[in-house]
Order: sequence, then structure tokens, then C-alpha cells
Amino acid sequence: MVPLSYYLLLSGILFACGVTGFLIKRNIITIFMSIELMLNGVNLSFVAFAAHWHVLAGQVFVFFVMVVAAAEAAVGLAIIIAVYRTRETLNVDQVNLLKL
Amino acid sequence: MTPNLNLWLIPTLPLAGAAINGFFGKKSSRGAVSAVGLFFSGAAFAWALSVALRFSSLELPYQEYLAHWIRSGNFTVDFAFYLDQLSLVMLLVVTGVGFLIHIYSVGYMWDDPSYYRFFTYLNLFMFFMLTLVLANNYLLMFIGWEGVGLASYLLIGFWFTKDSAASAGKKAFIVNRIGDFGFLIGLFLVIQHFHSLNFSAVFEQVRPIAPETAGAGLLTAIGILLMVGACGKSAQIPLYVWLPDAMEGPTPVSALIHAATMVTAGVYMVSRSHLIFERAPLALTVVAIIGTLTALFAATIGVTQTDIKKVLAYSTVSQLGYMFMACGVGAFSAGIFHLMTHAFFKGLLFLGAGSVIHAVGGEQDMRNMGGLKTYIPITFSVMLIATAAIAGIPPLAGFWSKDEILWKAYEANPVYWVIGAITAFITSFYMFRLLFMTFWGDYKGINVDDHGHAHAAHGHSEHGHGEPHESPMVMLAPLMILAFLSLVGGLVGIHNAFQHFLDPVFGSEFPKAVTEGAGNTEWLLMGISVLFSIAGLVLAYTLYVAKPYLPQKIADSLGRFYSAVLNKYYVDELYAKIFVKPLVNGSTAVLWQGVDRRVIDDTVNNAADGARHVSDEVRHMQSGNLRSYAGWIAAGAAVVLAYMIWRGVAR
Amino acid sequence: MLNIHLILFLAFGAVAVAGAVNLLVQRHPINSALSLIAVMAALAGEYLLLGAEFVAAVQVIVYAGAIMVLFVFVIMLLNAGVEEETKGSRVAILFGIPGMLLGSLLVGWIVLRHSGTEAVAVGALPGAPNTIGELLFHEFLLPFEITSILILIAIMGAVVLASKSTVSGGGPAQKVNN
Repeated sequence: MVPLSYYLLLSGILFACGVTGFLIKRNIITIFMSIELMLNGVNLSFVAFAAHWHVLAGQVFVFFVMVVAAAEAAVGLAIIIAVYRTRETLNVDQVNLLKL
Repeated sequence: MTPNLNLWLIPTLPLAGAAINGFFGKKSSRGAVSAVGLFFSGAAFAWALSVALRFSSLELPYQEYLAHWIRSGNFTVDFAFYLDQLSLVMLLVVTGVGFLIHIYSVGYMWDDPSYYRFFTYLNLFMFFMLTLVLANNYLLMFIGWEGVGLASYLLIGFWFTKDSAASAGKKAFIVNRIGDFGFLIGLFLVIQHFHSLNFSAVFEQVRPIAPETAGAGLLTAIGILLMVGACGKSAQIPLYVWLPDAMEGPTPVSALIHAATMVTAGVYMVSRSHLIFERAPLALTVVAIIGTLTALFAATIGVTQTDIKKVLAYSTVSQLGYMFMACGVGAFSAGIFHLMTHAFFKGLLFLGAGSVIHAVGGEQDMRNMGGLKTYIPITFSVMLIATAAIAGIPPLAGFWSKDEILWKAYEANPVYWVIGAITAFITSFYMFRLLFMTFWGDYKGINVDDHGHAHAAHGHSEHGHGEPHESPMVMLAPLMILAFLSLVGGLVGIHNAFQHFLDPVFGSEFPKAVTEGAGNTEWLLMGISVLFSIAGLVLAYTLYVAKPYLPQKIADSLGRFYSAVLNKYYVDELYAKIFVKPLVNGSTAVLWQGVDRRVIDDTVNNAADGARHVSDEVRHMQSGNLRSYAGWIAAGAAVVLAYMIWRGVAR
Repeated sequence: MLNIHLILFLAFGAVAVAGAVNLLVQRHPINSALSLIAVMAALAGEYLLLGAEFVAAVQVIVYAGAIMVLFVFVIMLLNAGVEEETKGSRVAILFGIPGMLLGSLLVGWIVLRHSGTEAVAVGALPGAPNTIGELLFHEFLLPFEITSILILIAIMGAVVLASKSTVSGGGPAQKVNN
């Protein structure tokens, strides 16, 4: 029997790894992947709570999260391709034309 | 049944004229502007005449309520008008002489580019002066008082592109304000003790008060303060310095404002407040002394001046001194009588001087004139009449009024009479000096170019003066009317008719005991003063016609004293040193550099600079770098999380 | 206490954490992508432990099988190379990392305080496809339909954004000067 808190801690660790990846990585695709990692961590948390409280809606919500993540990944990668075409780089530090 | 006279029409008609000319005059033709200006001032005069004709059927004093103004607790001040014999005299003088001067200005200012502005201001002046004269309370009178000061400023500085004119306008207004300060304090005392500013209310309360013969009291204070105001407006010592400078304005302005009407406002105000003054002998004495000294002082300066308008300016100051002398000895009706005749002959003198200036193409220095009686005979004749009038030659107007004053002054204190008589002699001398220098001898004129002061001096375009020429009829007609009035205007003084007319106003509350043989003394004094006038004429003739080399020799022999008089006793310089310079320096150092620059400007500038610096720092957040944004978000999220947990846990 | 449930949980959890850390450590994006796939597989296992069969299946099919494949395609398409070492932002390191640590610690503390040792049974809530389906088409019908429209929009958006622009002068073609 695994306590709920273990699942939540695992979820938290995955989320923290995602945030760290977002902060320290320079390749834009890797940053995107960190976002996916964060979403996964959250999904785990949803499912864990759903099991704990016997509410099936939690799993349905995970389903929706995945759908949204898919859509977001598609559009986001398309944007990355567009940015690569114009800026010829995948280094996020060099895409800073919005600097004041 | 007292009919409704619609007195309010009298001030508002010129106001309408000013508004029409002010708004529409710029685009209108000269003819239209003149028509408007003349119509409204003429209408005011006509209405004043109609009021005069209906005067006998009125129950006096007649008060007319126009509109409600201040109602504050028990204190009430309204837009209301007051008519009695005194107001009627002032009304007729102001509207009559004013209208004549309007006509004259049509000719005099015809070539000026700002023609419409002149008539606007002139009508505006009439409005304020009539408000002053017709007001039924001190506050409305004060509005008129300030308003005529404003109109005076606007008209003195009419040619405002000229530095000296602009400065003269400023000087007039500022010196007036000093007087007004005293006036206001006096009004505050009136409010404090009598709880009203309405003439009827105040005088009713003043009437039962016994005269303050024991020393200075409330009424003395009020009287002296009112006199301070009158000194400012009517150019008495020590606030007369603005009047000679006011000659920078066009000559009709000098005639109307600085001879006939505005400067007499002080005399009117003192006369109107006679109940207060009669109960404050100390204040009356102050008035008399100031008037007498001013009369003598200004007359001495007038002897040395060479600018024709400056001579007349000092003459005005001097004659106003006579009026205050009269008021100061309690002969208020004599003062008003002289006010009326003075309006006639001084107005005539100024307008005539304007005609002379016009004739010689803008020259104002008498040393460059001379021999003009052959060139401009009509102007000469009217100037002769006016000079004789002011010198007090019977039976012209000035003789009657001046003599009345001198007689009353003698009855009060012979010292006043002595000084008054000496001043009369000096007056006659310098006026005939003016006449002889201008009209006798050979014409010493130069053709003055249109650039330089001649053009600006009287707004004339160059006529290519080869020879002095007579003025057009539109200018001569008012001269002739005023000459007629100077001739016959004094006859209302026969058998004290004028004084009896004003008796209901000034009343004989403190009748002086008629001394035995008073009649004979009066004839004697009359004879002496006529003698003095003729002596002045003879002396002037000697010095300026018969032996023209003499004046310079006398001046040289008097040396320093002469140059002091010539420089107006250095009064202006003294004021500049004592008052003006420290004030300007103090104001520059403290108020401008200190307060305005360092406090106000710097506060605003530093606020703006501070905002800019802060935003410069904050700007760095917007770096365009994705990772730094992420960093901020993470940090911010942590803070929010911590706060929520803290709130949640604390519960 | 050491039952098969816990052992399996720890095993899958270890793989997930290892994959996540590896994602951070690797310099080449393709390695990170593969690590992420490992994470997702491990998470699928966790879902099964919790009885969420449908979610686990969808995780493998959609997430690991489609989304990650898309990532890999893009990495190969753009020929992404080893990550460059540029110093972009001090803030990210200075404020972000501590912030993240603080947040994680707070969350962890709350979790540990409140959840105690209540256990979740194996397969506690069977999430069979038909039960999920019923929920999806009854209570969550509107979100379901909206998400389908969302996917449609995403498809269109992706096509538009990624297509080569045929308009002349489209897009600022600025070369980056290093």
C-alpha cells in the first residue's frame, strides 16, 4: 500500500524537474519538453487524487490535459519551426528582439 | 410717486458699446466703430439729461435696485444705484465731457491702426466711471474704482509696443493699488463697525455719533484710510507720481481720465463720505494739508516743465489739491464746484494741446513750438479761454470756483489761504507761460519724421508737415463747446446758487457763524486773488514774450535748486531707491529663485526625473529573454505560494 | 510494509525521476527527448498501479507515441545540435532556481503535513474505458466537444505557421549575428 503522499511527492519532483529544465536549458525544443514534463507530473497528481477520493472525474481531466498538451505541442512546434526559419537559431537567448 | 428712472441704463449703455466694439470692432470699418462708440456714449449722456430734467419730481435720495449680489447673514450688498444732487452733477460732467471727448477722439485717433480698441476701452472706462458715480454702496463704488484703474492702465499703455508707455501703465496701476489698499482697510473698518456698506445704512449710523474732537477715534481712522485711497486715485502727495507718466497715453485719454473724470473720483468719494469726515476733524485736517501742499508742490514743478502735456499733468495735480483743500476745510460743495469747472477747462486744455500736437505733427516740446497763433487761430482762441479760466480771470469759470475755495479756506485758517493764493499766482504764471511759449514768437518747429517718437506720440500718420495746420471740424467742435462751458460754467456760482443746490447733500449741520463784515472780507480777498492772477500773466509775458533771454538767466542763477525742480524734486528716484529696488531685488532673490525655481519648478522636475530614473531601472525587466521571464515567474509563484500557505496555516 | 505495490511504485518512480534528471543533464535535445519518453512510459506504469487503465493506454498511445514522436521529428527536421553555452539571463538562475526550490519545499511540506499515511490501494479506482466514456459523454460533453474544436484549430494553426510563406517579403529574415 502506497500512501498518497508518495505519489504526490513523485509528482512534485517531476514538476520541479520540469521547472528547472525550463530555467536552465537554452535549446527551445528542450524547454518545450520540460513543459511536457511538468504537465506529466500534474497528470500523475490528478490520477492519484482521483484514486484517493474515488472520483472518476480526475481521470477524465487527465484525458483533457493530454488533449490540450497535444494541441499545444503541435502549435508550439510549428511556431518553433517558424522562428527557426527567420532567426536561424534554436538558442532562446538569441531570440530577444522584444528587448526594451 | 417716484418714477422708475432706469438708472442702470446709464452705465450699461457704454458697456454694450464696449462689448460690441470689442468683439466686432476689429473687422469693422472705422465708420462703424465710431458710430457704435458715439452712439452708446451719447445715449448715456442723453439719458443722464433726461434724468436731470425729471430731477425735480424725484424724492431724494433716489435709490434703484437692479440685482441682488451679496447676502451673507446680516450683511447685504446689492447692485443698486443712488441718485442725489451730488451724483447728478458728477453724472452730467462724466457723460457730457465724456461724450465730447468721444467725438474728439474720432478725429484724433482716426489714423491709428488700433482704432476700435481705443473706443472699446473708452466706452469701458465710461461704464466703470458711471458705476462708481451711481453706486449706492461702497463696494459697488470700489468696483467702479478698480475698473477705472484698469481702463486707465489699458489706455495709458495703449501704444503698448512702446516701452515707456507700457511702464507708465504699470506704474499707474501699481501706485493706484497702494491707495486702494488703504481704501480697503477703511472699508473693512466700516463693515466691522457699521455692519453694512450701503451709503444710507452707514450714514444713518454715523449721523448720531459726536465729532471726535478729543483725538483720533474710529471715524478718524476711517477718514484717513479713505483719504489714502483718494490720494492714489486723485494723485495727491505721496501717490501722485503716476500722473505725469500717464501722459504717455493718447491725448484724449489724458483729457478724459486724467483731467476731467477719473482723478476726480477721489474728490467724489471724500465728498460722498462727508458725514464721516465732518465728525473726524483730524482726518479733515489731514485732507486739507495734503491738498494744500500738493497744490503748491505740483505748481512749482509745472513751472519748469517743457513738455506741453507734462505741464498740464502737474497742473491737474495742483488743481486736485485745491479740491481737497476745499473738502478739507469742510467746503465740500466748493470742491465739487471746482471739480466741475476744472473738468471743463482742463478737458479743454488737454484737447487743445492735442490739437496743437496734431498741428505740429507730433511735437510735444514747447521749445520747438511758438508763433502758432497765426497758423491755428481757432485752437489758439480756445486755449486762450481755457488758460484764462484756469488762471482765475473773471468772469470765466475758474475764477468763481477757485475763489469760492479760497474764501472758505480763509474762513478756516488764513494759512491755507496764503498758500492757496501763492499757488494761484504760480498757476497763472505757468499756464500763461505755456500759452506764450506755444503761440507767441516765431515758429521754431522742425519737420519730424514718422519714425521716432513723433509718430508714436499721437498716433498720427505723417502728413508731410511743412506747416502747422488746423485740426478738422470733428476735433474743433468739442473744443468750442468746452470753451463755451468754460466761459459760462462758473456763473452757476453766483449768489451761491450751486452751493444751495448741493445743500440737501452736504447740509448745513455745522453752520459756521457768519462773522460781521464777512462780505467785505470776501470782496477784498477776491480782489487780491484776481490781482495775483494778473500778476502771473504779466510775469509770464515778461519772461516769455518781452524778454525771452531772461528765463535761462534766472535758471542758471538758481543753479542746483532749479535743476531739482526740473527733475521733479527727484521724487521718482527716491521712491525707486527706497521702495522699488529693494522690493524687486527681494522678489527676485526670494520669490523667483527661491520659491518659484527651487521649490515649485524643482519639485516638478525632480518628480519627472525620479519617474524617469525609476522606469529606467524597471525597464531592465523587459529584456526579451525567455529564461529571465521564466525566472521571474518561478520566483513570483513561490512568493504567492508562500503567502497562501502562510495565510492558510495561520488560520 | 514492503509489498509488491510499493516495490513497483518505487521502480517506476525511480525510472521516472532518472529520466527527468537525464533530460536536464543531456546536452543534445534528442537525448532529452528519449529520456522524456522513458519518463512517460514509467508514468504509464504508475497509472496502471492506480487502476487508471484507460489513462495509461492513452498516455502511451498519445503522449509517448504521438507527441514525443512529433518532437523527435522536429528535432531531426531542424537538425538541432548540441546546445550552445550562452549566458542569457542571470535572473533565471538567481531568482528562478531558489524560487523553484522554495515552492517545491513548501508544497512538499504541506503534502507531508496533511496527507499522513493513508494508503491508496492497488487498482483503487478502476478506470475502464466504458466508465470513462460514460462520464465523457454525459457530464463532460461540452468540454469534450470544445476540445475537439481546439484540436481542429491547432491543426490549422500548425499548418499555417509552419508552412513556407509564399508572400514576398514575408517574415523578417534577420540573420542572427553571434
